[in-house]
Amino acid sequence: MMIEATTKPAAAPAADGQPFLLIQDLVKEFDGARAVDSVSVTINKGEIFALLGSSGCGKSTLLRMLGGFEIPTSGKIVLGGVDLASVPPYQRPINMMFQSYALFPHLSVWDNVAFGLRRDSMPKDQIAERVEKMLNLVQLKNYARRKPHQLSGGQQQRVALARSLAKRPQLLLLDEPLGALDKKLREQTQLELVNIIEQVGVTCVMVTHDQEEAMTMASRIAVMSEGKILQIGKPGDIYETPNCRFVADFIGSVNLFNGKVTVDEPDHVVITSPECRHYVGHGISGTIGMAISVGIRPEKIAISPVAPPGDPATQVNCVYGELVDWAYLGSTTVYHLKLASGALVKAAVPNRQRHAQYQPQFKDIVYASWSQDDIIVLPF
Amino acid sequence: MKGRIKGRIDGYRWFGRSWLSATYLFLYIPIVVLIVFSFNSSRQSMEWSGFSLQWYASLMDDAEIISGFVLSLKIAVLTAFASVILGTFAAFVLNRYRRFAGRTLFNSMVSAPLVMPEVIIGLSLLLLMVSMQRLLGFPERGLFTIWIAHSLLGMAYATVVVQSRLREMDKSLEEAAMDLGCKPHQIFFLVTLPNITPALLSAWLLTFTLSLDDVVLSAFLSGPGSSTMPIVIFSRARLGLDPRVNAIATLTILAVSIGVLASSLYIARAERQRQKQIVAATRNVSQ
Amino acid sequence: MKKFLIHMLTLRWLSGRHIVIGIPYGWLLLVFLVPFLIVFRISVADVQSAADPFGSLLSYVDGVATLKIKLANYLFIAQDSLYALTYLSSLKYAVVTTLLCLLIGYPFAYFMARARPTIRTTLLMLVMLPFWTSFLLRIYAWKGILASNGLLNNLLLWLGVIETPLALLHTPFSLVIGMVYAYLPFMILPLYANLVKMDVRFLEAAADLGSTPWKTFWLVTVPLSKSGIIAGSMLVLIPCVGEFVIPELLGGPETLMIGRVLWDEFFSNNDWPMASAVTVIMILLILLPMAIFNKYQNKQQGGGA
Repeated sequence: MMIEATTKPAAAPAADGQPFLLIQDLVKEFDGARAVDSVSVTINKGEIFALLGSSGCGKSTLLRMLGGFEIPTSGKIVLGGVDLASVPPYQRPINMMFQSYALFPHLSVWDNVAFGLRRDSMPKDQIAERVEKMLNLVQLKNYARRKPHQLSGGQQQRVALARSLAKRPQLLLLDEPLGALDKKLREQTQLELVNIIEQVGVTCVMVTHDQEEAMTMASRIAVMSEGKILQIGKPGDIYETPNCRFVADFIGSVNLFNGKVTVDEPDHVVITSPECRHYVGHGISGTIGMAISVGIRPEKIAISPVAPPGDPATQVNCVYGELVDWAYLGSTTVYHLKLASGALVKAAVPNRQRHAQYQPQFKDIVYASWSQDDIIVLPF
Repeated sequence: MKGRIKGRIDGYRWFGRSWLSATYLFLYIPIVVLIVFSFNSSRQSMEWSGFSLQWYASLMDDAEIISGFVLSLKIAVLTAFASVILGTFAAFVLNRYRRFAGRTLFNSMVSAPLVMPEVIIGLSLLLLMVSMQRLLGFPERGLFTIWIAHSLLGMAYATVVVQSRLREMDKSLEEAAMDLGCKPHQIFFLVTLPNITPALLSAWLLTFTLSLDDVVLSAFLSGPGSSTMPIVIFSRARLGLDPRVNAIATLTILAVSIGVLASSLYIARAERQRQKQIVAATRNVSQ
Repeated sequence: MKKFLIHMLTLRWLSGRHIVIGIPYGWLLLVFLVPFLIVFRISVADVQSAADPFGSLLSYVDGVATLKIKLANYLFIAQDSLYALTYLSSLKYAVVTTLLCLLIGYPFAYFMARARPTIRTTLLMLVMLPFWTSFLLRIYAWKGILASNGLLNNLLLWLGVIETPLALLHTPFSLVIGMVYAYLPFMILPLYANLVKMDVRFLEAAADLGSTPWKTFWLVTVPLSKSGIIAGSMLVLIPCVGEFVIPELLGGPETLMIGRVLWDEFFSNNDWPMASAVTVIMILLILLPMAIFNKYQNKQQGGGA
């Protein structure tokens, strides 16, 4: 049951462009278990939309239903006003870039890209022109005669992309586009991919388990778990305004506290948890005594060796504990504090100076505090 | 301690090598004997009495052997083609259609000829042919009936070979083809077939050899005047030692050796290429 | 109703899938299953009417349909101890052959799989060569070696080890040697295929946990190669039971093999019903091993054994 006791986003999520792909109450059952459980989403023309979730959440099944490789148990898929229910994959104006690239090993790069065009019985000269254009787009013109096994992983991916864009699809599907590449290559490729897709202007739905990939590439993200969509929104909205504990915990890290509403005013709320009192700088639609959760992202926390000024009895948004673990990550340092209650709090402090002034050691008592505007209120 | 371990490893290696050598000796001595005594000038026994090519010469005039050979060759070629086609069908069905009515029966029927004693297959097929002949006036026992029998056996072998290749093939290739506009009946010829060609080739060679060599099925299913080469050899071998058989054996071994050598090299090369393709096409490391 | 008939007749319900499955299925039913039914049917028919297999079981006279099933053949087989002996003897020789092939073939396949990759291809090629050479000719070679005036005897006589030639041919000894020789590649190849795919890291893990090479072999390698052992054993056992060529060329009066009996019943005695009955019992005999082989095949298909 979704309650409205959540932190309201700074501004309402804007949907740019017109609705183009409508997914209504889509269900897919395998042997009685629902892989996709009544999903409804509207995707706008020209946007890059990401389905984000861990393995088994149903995102790949959903993607495959869009591509036509799985038949939905029930529900509708409408693309540009056309119901795709009975349309087989080879007749849909949709193309997919497969996770394994699936480049035809017996064909050259040129023939791979031309494959789809040949199925449409396009005249030879038009095919040639289109293939040239595609290869130029992905900068592989000089590799046209090579076979897939003669290319590197990154080059193969570009061929796969060129091939899937050759037919000017109305919808492009990406299945874990960057899964197998190593970190450095991934960063580079993410931006290249987005550039090409935006250049072409095609609507794109991608599937990934990597949050960073989703947040970098997509304009809107849908977080999925167990066949359902939990939240849809822009990357910033999802990160700063998650609507439930799962989403808060899935994207990035979060410190969660469970407590009860003790003060409920239109402009502020106080939630009391065993660890401390949380003063939230805005109102929520809840009642006094209601069980509720509070989340604070590690990077919003400031640490200090001494307690913040003020009367300890009326202290809010502050905890202290023993430093039990810390990790130096280069741009940030992550500290793990163990509170008196036994709970662990994670604080991520940016290393703004080469030699930080405050460097707590193991077993030191550290105070962690945060601002009232940085608190995320979540259903219990 | 080090010496003891080393001694153990050496002993183990020595054991391995001698076992391999002894078994190879066991496998090859009879073959060598066959070849050597094909050049023996004496007709009886296995006493060496001088080098002679007379047995090879006599093969030229041996009408029975030559016609047997020609017949066997014809049947073998027909069998190889039929086996590969049927085997590919069966392999495709078993690989692509996970569930259909009577799948277990189908599976058993396809693989049974691999192990079933040939006398059983031969007898039952012969009875079928005879029944059909009584009923329909056709077929006459001869080339056609032998061909059917060999194809049944060959199909079992071809299915195994093609199926293993199909299993290795990346499934998403076919989905990609569909995604790009390929209709289902086109997918097989445009995508699947080009990728299983090496398997088809080895299945062809395997079933060709099988057919060329078969005795029991041919004997059951042959008619008057259709003696295959193995049948001729068999009847001569039954009577006793015949150096002409040795001569045939040597020629066969020569042909097979060249074939095995050539195809081994070709297969090794194709295998290396294919492994590269598989590894590369299914996403590996970056540049 | 009319619509249904038209729908059926125009074959529009036949999807591509039906056709693709139908072709090999139909072929197999006709060429594999139907013959067995015919064999069974003829095994209960009369000798005289063997020349006319159809219509001899069921007769319709004066409005009375009579089904005549002659079980005499089966009774004869059951009562004649020679048949029982022959079946058992065939089974015995098949089992002995299988065990010997396993004994020789397993270490062979093992060492071949452990050899360096470059040598391995050569070793494999050297095994393939006898495999692809004519079965018949290789058996014939042993005739030349084991005959009274054959190579082995000549050698032993010449060395002075013996004074009169040994009667090695047409004995159980020559039969078993012939069968082992012929079927050894059939045991080696599946074993090799299995062992070569085995991950060396399993053995390393076992060693790391304190297992000696000998123990590792029995506790890790052998169990992991179980499917290869079963496959190879079935590929040797089942055909050996019904072998005809080898017993005929290398066997003798003592070596009772059911394949020869079947052949004689059919070709020499022209007793088709009898031969059919012998066949039916032979099929029943190998049903269990064939079921085991089938189970193994299915596992293979299910994704790597």
